[in-house]
Amino acid sequence: MDVEYKTVRNTLVVRVKGELDMLIADKMRQEIDRRLEENSIKNLIFNLEKVTFIDSSGLGVIIGRYKKVSAVSGRMFIVGAKNPVEKILHFSGINRLVPMYSSEQDIINL
Amino acid sequence: METSLKGWEIMSIVNYVHFEFPSLPENVSFARSCVGAFVSQLNCTLDDIEEIKLVVSEAVSNCIIHAYENRSDGKIEIIASLRDDRSLELTVKDYGKGIENLEQALQPSYSSDPNRMGLGFTFMKSFMDEMDISSQPQEGTSVLLKRNFLNRDRQAYA
Repeated sequence: MDVEYKTVRNTLVVRVKGELDMLIADKMRQEIDRRLEENSIKNLIFNLEKVTFIDSSGLGVIIGRYKKVSAVSGRMFIVGAKNPVEKILHFSGINRLVPMYSSEQDIINL
Repeated sequence: METSLKGWEIMSIVNYVHFEFPSLPENVSFARSCVGAFVSQLNCTLDDIEEIKLVVSEAVSNCIIHAYENRSDGKIEIIASLRDDRSLELTVKDYGKGIENLEQALQPSYSSDPNRMGLGFTFMKSFMDEMDISSQPQEGTSVLLKRNFLNRDRQAYA
C-alpha cells in the first residue's frame, strides 16, 4: 500500500494504492489530519482509483475526514472508485454524504 | 479446537482449513486472502469472493482492535469448511477480553471507538446467511458465519 499526498492551493489530494484496511488506516488518518491542520487546507479529494479493497477501517478514515472537513465548511470528494470498492461505498451510505466522481479532472471542471 | 469440531457433521465436509496467527494488523490481509483463495474452490463468483474477504477482514480486525485492544500478542484462529451443499462455514475465534454488551455491539453504527463506523458486524450479517456469536468476558469471542452459495445462485437467477 502506498499513499501519495498532493496539495493544490487549499485542497489536499490523497491518492491511495492497494488495500485500504486497518494496516494503513491509522497512519493515513494521522498523516491527513496533520496536513489538514498544518497547511490550513479546506478541501479534500480521495482518489481511490487504484484501491482494490476497502473495509470498515478504510471507510472510518473517509467518514472521519468528511466530518473534519465539513466542520470548517470545506468540501470533500471521492474519485475513481471501482468495484468492489464502489459497491462498499454505496453499501455504507458514504456516497450519500460525499460526492463521487470518476476522475480528478471531473472535479477541476466543476 | 475440540469444542468447535464437536458439532461438525464430518461426512458433509468436503474440505477445510484451520489456521492461527498473532493479532498483527499485517495478518488481516493474509487471513482474508487465504480464506478467499480457499472459497474459490466452490466455483463462486468474484463478487462472492470479495464479500467473503470483506467479512474475514471485519472479523479479524474486530479481534485485533476490540478483543486484544491493538496488542500484537493475541491468538486468532480461523476455521473454514466447505460442505457438499456448496456452503461455507467460517469460525473466527479470539481469546481476548470478550464483548460485554453483545446487543449493543450488534447495533448498526454502534462502535466503542469514535473513529470507527460500527459497520463490522453489519457487513458480516449482510454478506452471510447466518451469524452466531458466543462471547465470554475475559475469555474470548467466537464468531460463526455461514453462507450457502447454492441458495444465492437460485436467488440471483430467480
